[in-house]
Amino acid sequence: MKDQLILGGREFHSRFILGSGKYSLNLIEAAVRDAGAEIITLAVRRANTAEQENILDYIPEGVTLLPNTSGARTAEEAVRIARLARELGCGDFVKIEIMRDTKYLLPDNSETIRATEVLAKEGFIVLPYMFPDLNAARDLVNCGAAAVMPLAAPIGSNKGLAAKEFIQILVDEIDLPVIVDAGIGKPSQACEAMEMGAAAIMANTALATAGDLPLMAAAFRQAIEAGRKAYLSGLGRVLTRGASASDPLTGFLRD
Amino acid sequence: MDNRFFVDGKHLSSAALAKKHSLETDPASRTDHMAYMDGMEQIKSDIMEKVLSEMNSYDPSRYTARDVKAALEHDTCTVEDLKALLSPAAEPFLEQIAQRARLETLKHFGNTVYLFTPLYIANYCENYCVYCGFNCYNDISRMKLNMEQIEREMRIISDSGMEEILILTGESRSQSNIAYIGEACQLARKYFRMVGLEIYPVNVEEYQYLHERGADYVTVFQETYDSRRYSELHLLGHKRVYPYRFDAQERALMGGMRGVACSALLGLSDFRKDALASALHVYFLQRKYPHAEMSLSCPRLRPIINNNKIDPLDVHETQLCQIICAYRIFLPFVGITVSSRESASFRNGIVKIAATKVSAGVSTGIGDHESKYSGKASDGAEGDEQFEISDARSLDVMYRDIAGEGLQPVLNDYIYL
Repeated sequence: MKDQLILGGREFHSRFILGSGKYSLNLIEAAVRDAGAEIITLAVRRANTAEQENILDYIPEGVTLLPNTSGARTAEEAVRIARLARELGCGDFVKIEIMRDTKYLLPDNSETIRATEVLAKEGFIVLPYMFPDLNAARDLVNCGAAAVMPLAAPIGSNKGLAAKEFIQILVDEIDLPVIVDAGIGKPSQACEAMEMGAAAIMANTALATAGDLPLMAAAFRQAIEAGRKAYLSGLGRVLTRGASASDPLTGFLRD
Repeated sequence: MDNRFFVDGKHLSSAALAKKHSLETDPASRTDHMAYMDGMEQIKSDIMEKVLSEMNSYDPSRYTARDVKAALEHDTCTVEDLKALLSPAAEPFLEQIAQRARLETLKHFGNTVYLFTPLYIANYCENYCVYCGFNCYNDISRMKLNMEQIEREMRIISDSGMEEILILTGESRSQSNIAYIGEACQLARKYFRMVGLEIYPVNVEEYQYLHERGADYVTVFQETYDSRRYSELHLLGHKRVYPYRFDAQERALMGGMRGVACSALLGLSDFRKDALASALHVYFLQRKYPHAEMSLSCPRLRPIINNNKIDPLDVHETQLCQIICAYRIFLPFVGITVSSRESASFRNGIVKIAATKVSAGVSTGIGDHESKYSGKASDGAEGDEQFEISDARSLDVMYRDIAGEGLQPVLNDYIYL
């Protein structure tokens, strides 16, 4: 069975989106390879550099760039950064990140919706990073987003699926791919999100804080693949207590 | 008053000497350091009151090993936990504290370390701050670069690969006025991605003007948060006004700057109280301006020209490390800058634990980048330095050393919007 992630009409085999900003540039290639990743995010503000070593030079060919708008505090700023990404040759994908809070880096959903509307009209494939709120997610769909990217927990926290119930609601109600972004700290958490029906996982800190980054990238890859297969296979039910009789309790009924 | 700071320059007239001595010895000859001077804007803010009330009630000797252990076990570091981590009781736990700090740094910054360089464009000063090389009574070579000279310096720095610059002046409004600094910012935008300022505190409108000229970050050192001690160290000039300086970061943010940095100059007063106040200054600012990017510096006193007796007293490297780790655990999202006042070995070590920004290719003098970068004798005049630096590594060497520690040096992570 062909199982692909489709974003903006593009097909991807991998469901692991890699961050790039928190580890050494010379590890990017190994991370991409061992993660089996086909999409890597990068901050436009980090790529907007004259430095001898540009992060863009370290990203292997054939990998789709997902530039993000980190540093934007308003929709207008995000739009400007997205346009700059295009000028820098980063393609049409853009991950919108708009934060008005430097402590938790929580996304501002209303500004994100405004930016999505503008950028989708300009032909960008817009992947908005968001707080998992159903109303906001619906607005993003209506504005032309190509997916929604709810956070699982505060970015960088490695706390896992703190927003599990709300992400499940998005998975159940939103017809676009739901990509779980931020807060995933362990492969088991990534697996769980995939079992819930998430379309893909984005991780950065979990890898950056690992002892062996490429090995952790490989572990995430396997966990995401396992979770996806479990989801596709249809998970069995989980009993909260007791056991289930294999003979039906109602077998005595005669009509 | 500790007279290790007092040095009489040979060039001073007898009238100047008499005034200097009177300021040093007779508190009645000084102005009220809590009273605003003409032209200083007063904003509505309760941050100073909050910081000072916490600092004044802080008794570091009251904290025990138990408090320190509890602080390390807590997921979120409270103000009480910070007080414990800054106390003498925390010293035996320094390794554990450093481990925790490192984890927080990794979570928020990964293994990146940002690089910048300061550019002093003038060293005229109208203040008598007794520990500072630029103070108006100190006998040093004074200079102010013109735009052509500034551009030449910027070109040399930019050619070295540097993308972030911090423009500094002595604190003289008459010699380095806002238009002059604004022009320098505009020039800097041509050569650098990111422009920060460390100048005398100004009013909201003036910060706004400088922001429009290309500056986005403002650093102001409070030097010491201990108001009484502040009044004994800053004897003359606008810098004597404690509350106007305290509110500078807030005015900068009101003027549209993206970020601000706070700091005490460690070694001027009780460093534990000063460290607590610095961290709380950032903490309360962040609560009021959650969009702002905050950072902390942690300079220690250094010797100056004409006075090599100045040192950071009881703030040894161990205490400095403790302070920086406590900052990191309390404010995990905040940038921490460690300047060339510290040794290469200390800086190599601390970037692995908690510091996220270091300077490289540093000169604290005026107009001497060419001679310092190329070794060529300068063909023009140079102005003297603010303090002696300890780590003179060039950008190339610093870059290599940081990468050698397994970290990723970053020259730019910023867009001017």
